[in-house]
Amino acid sequence: MATTQRTPFEQFWRRFRKNRTAIAGGLIVLSVFVIALLAPMLSPYDPAHIDVEKILVGPTQAHPLGTDELGRDILSRMIWGSRISLLVGFVAVGISILIGILIGAVAGYYGGWIDDILMQFVDIMLSIPTFFLILAVIALVEPSIWNIMIVIGVTSWMGVARLVRGQFLALNEMDYVTAARALGAKDSRMIFFHILPNAMSPVYVSAVLGVAGAILVESSLSFLGLGVQPPVPSWGSIITGGKDTMEIAWWISLFPGLAILTTVLGYNLLGEGLQDALNPRLKV
Amino acid sequence: MHLAPGEPTDLQTTMNPRVSAQAKENLRKLYGLDRPLYVQYTQWVKRVVAMDFGTSFVDGQTVAQKIMERMPITIVINLLSLILIFALALPIGVYSATHQYSTFDKAATIFVFLGFATPTFWLALMMMILFGVVLGWLPISGYQSLDISAMSVSQRVWDWTNHLMLPVFISAFGGLAGFSRYARAEMLEVIRQDYIRTARAKGLSEYVVVYKHALRNALIPVITILGLSIPGLIGGSVIFETIFAIDGMGRLFYQSVLSRDYPTIMGVTVLGTLLTLVGNLLADVSYAFANPTVRLGRNR
Repeated sequence: MATTQRTPFEQFWRRFRKNRTAIAGGLIVLSVFVIALLAPMLSPYDPAHIDVEKILVGPTQAHPLGTDELGRDILSRMIWGSRISLLVGFVAVGISILIGILIGAVAGYYGGWIDDILMQFVDIMLSIPTFFLILAVIALVEPSIWNIMIVIGVTSWMGVARLVRGQFLALNEMDYVTAARALGAKDSRMIFFHILPNAMSPVYVSAVLGVAGAILVESSLSFLGLGVQPPVPSWGSIITGGKDTMEIAWWISLFPGLAILTTVLGYNLLGEGLQDALNPRLKV
Repeated sequence: MHLAPGEPTDLQTTMNPRVSAQAKENLRKLYGLDRPLYVQYTQWVKRVVAMDFGTSFVDGQTVAQKIMERMPITIVINLLSLILIFALALPIGVYSATHQYSTFDKAATIFVFLGFATPTFWLALMMMILFGVVLGWLPISGYQSLDISAMSVSQRVWDWTNHLMLPVFISAFGGLAGFSRYARAEMLEVIRQDYIRTARAKGLSEYVVVYKHALRNALIPVITILGLSIPGLIGGSVIFETIFAIDGMGRLFYQSVLSRDYPTIMGVTVLGTLLTLVGNLLADVSYAFANPTVRLGRNR
């Protein structure tokens, strides 16, 4: 009987595919992507179109999810809002992963006093109440979508840095690393070509979970009026609009919240599934 | 924290473009901004050690006074929600672990994933609509009624309970999900150990095995995680205090961010961090209660 060697990706895919909740999470993630991409085609109305004759209309056939205090269609605004959530989620996580990898790799590779200083810094960052840290930085810049991404990125890299550092500490002791060092590889080559590729799998997981976290933070900030500024529709800011009229128009804040919940749930399930498929030993 | 104090100085000068250059210069001298950064910083640290955070830009009150007025309610709510998390999540986690894959365990797992994904500000709003507007059972803003001073003691307690029920629940919600998940994982780990099998083999009752032998050992990492979750909890004060219009540190922080009141922002951040560190210290101390073999100091 011929034994076929499976590539690591095939092994991963075989495990992942059996996990039904992870597949469900993946489907949610995919469909939010499709909605964001096809927003101009899918949305029934212009998200900024103000209709004074249809202010605060409940869910009807013409407006399946109702209209807001300016007569704008909630469904259309939510469809366009998905772009904001994904954009902020991905760019913010990209930034935080870049910083995290750099700091974690340098700390784990060089060790000694460099490691001590960097990890002290991580501990200091982690001891500031999370939301206080984000808001304190927001207070220093103008609230705009790009600043929000940067702020979320620079305040959320600590977990990744710890992960990468741990991986580097373990991989530093491996024979192949010693061999590469004996061959005279430069530090940068050691870090980026030899060690980092093998340290990445937990980073992928934390990236996927990080997107969920960033979407939540963005919506909270936009809800507080410190995030994406009107008239750009964001799920968080639509909910703010519903706060003032909550006694008469529950639909304004209900549906965007469900959209956030579903999207975040999708990324969390996908992330858990990735984790189980990448590290089968950890499965409880 | 150590980096931040330098930054407000950059923005202070750009804050109001219409001020004349001379006035700007006077203002800079008044706040000591014309001196080198390291001098400013050492002076700021010196003052902070003496709990002097300066004066608010907005109303001229001292920052320390503003914070002290608002800190008690924030501490009370956070403590209550910590207690709620501990009291609910631990039994849920233990029961899920000892009855793995039961209906209860599955329901708890679903709750955990929903809990992770729910935006708390949205949940708070939905609760307000449901209990405050539709059912009309609970008040939806502030932490006490306006006529509180005219009430008897029992009425006051009832008033506070009504006002704080939703905020405490909302503030505990996220932690509840994560914490019960973690307690479950730890219990599952411990319950497979040899000494648990030994305890069962020598005929101890299931109750003693679970609560005396297993839980105590699972508790240590659980307490660690509780300590680590404190920064998130205190940070969450901003959201629920703003929504429920509770005048605590979180709302003060939010207002000072809106008005760019840098001395207040710095003060609240420092005190929030201090609260976090106190929380972590309490977590460390409670190790000793969970596990008597952990004893620090001379009596080792």
